Amino acid sequence: MELIVEGILTALKLIVSLDSEVVAITLLSLKISCSATLISLLIGIPAGSLLALAEFPGRRLIISLVNTGMGLPPVVVGLFVTIFLWRNGPLGFLEILYTPLAMIAAQAVIATPIVTGITNAAIQSLPANLKLQVLALGATRCQMVWILVREARLPLLAAVMAGFGGVISEVGASIMVGGNIKGQTRVLTTATVMETGKGNFDVAIALSILLLLLAFGVNYALTVIQQRERPR
Amino acid sequence: MSQTASLLQVEGLRIKRGGALVLDIPCFSIFPDEKVAVIGPNGAGKTSLMLGIAGLIRPEAGTIKFRGEPVKGGDTIDFRRRIAMVFQEPLLFDTTVLNNVAEGLCIRKVARQEIRQRAMESLEMFGIADLAERSAHKLSGGEAQRVSLARAFAVKPELILMDEPFSSLDLPTRITLAEDLGRILHASGTAAVIATHDRIEAFRIVERLVVLDKGSIVQQGTPQQVIAEPVNSFVAAFRRTGYSGM
Repeated sequence: MELIVEGILTALKLIVSLDSEVVAITLLSLKISCSATLISLLIGIPAGSLLALAEFPGRRLIISLVNTGMGLPPVVVGLFVTIFLWRNGPLGFLEILYTPLAMIAAQAVIATPIVTGITNAAIQSLPANLKLQVLALGATRCQMVWILVREARLPLLAAVMAGFGGVISEVGASIMVGGNIKGQTRVLTTATVMETGKGNFDVAIALSILLLLLAFGVNYALTVIQQRERPR
Repeated sequence: MSQTASLLQVEGLRIKRGGALVLDIPCFSIFPDEKVAVIGPNGAGKTSLMLGIAGLIRPEAGTIKFRGEPVKGGDTIDFRRRIAMVFQEPLLFDTTVLNNVAEGLCIRKVARQEIRQRAMESLEMFGIADLAERSAHKLSGGEAQRVSLARAFAVKPELILMDEPFSSLDLPTRITLAEDLGRILHASGTAAVIATHDRIEAFRIVERLVVLDKGSIVQQGTPQQVIAEPVNSFVAAFRRTGYSGM
């Protein structure tokens, strides 16, 4: 109990004093996870819409794979991204392993199936004839997709929350492809693992609290938007 | 009627759904300003005919000509922007009534100031201008269907297709709405096809009845002609339920 109280006090001290290293770690965590979430939205929303609206052979298999991917273990993602980015790997020429770019790539791989799966489910949950109604109003295929995505915006905000929540809290992939290099690739989760390993529980608790506050802050902002939009 | 050039002409239209042939129409025409009701029991092919005419499902075979010009199978956008369709459910968007009615105009990239004016005109036509700023989720069934109709009329279609638009409404609302719709259709001179198995909609609005059964047209004529010589038990039931509006 004493340890926890000490951790909370240390966290408050680090936050109030704006410890430069902690601020840098927090900002890097935010930058990497927001970038990865943005990439996953850019890929996942069109892909999820396509899966929901198009008919093609193998569609069900792909949806099953996407749904499986929603629970992709971060360490497995970390392993394969590392192999791909390794100097002899297929993407080794990019030379981004152990950089924030590699961490963004790995986190985007984790978040994309989450966003795709939720988008697919959200659009499929719209009334069956809504697509036909939009087309009957004279919409092109692109306009139709846009209008349906707009109609599914509340569950899509849940996709953003789930995607961001999935990547801000993961540690396996980040540590494998980022390497937890001080000042370069150290983020809140990897720093927490390291401090715990060193027995610095107060610092680890402080970093955990910051991580929770960060996740809560982003999700609170998204929830406010979502609930404001909710039909009453 | 046959001496007038048809507005829409359907030839050899065959539609399959789920692998089964659900519609087989050798020839069907709609004339300018004409109001036609397609009646028939459930599963007769009414919805398939409407969706086929609207270019919303790909037919197995057949051609559709609109004002004498063939509608190309893969590119129906120009045709779809000259017609409108109202479904059984209102299918309103999660926004205000005004934005719902404006959607078809936004899709056509009509100038912003004109969109509001035309949408309000359409709402006034259906007597619901006072609902303009209300959320579409806060409407009664009758109000929601009026918004759906106003949305369809806002784009000034040359032909409006309606697939059992009042079937989920109670009888008094259905009668009032059918009367209003009939008045608006006749005042605007818009051609209309209304699929229904309700005699109120059929008789208060149209000049011609088309009877569909098992995907084929089995009888057509004025409501008086069809009722006088019912071709099947469904039409006979129309007569038995007693129509006094002719």
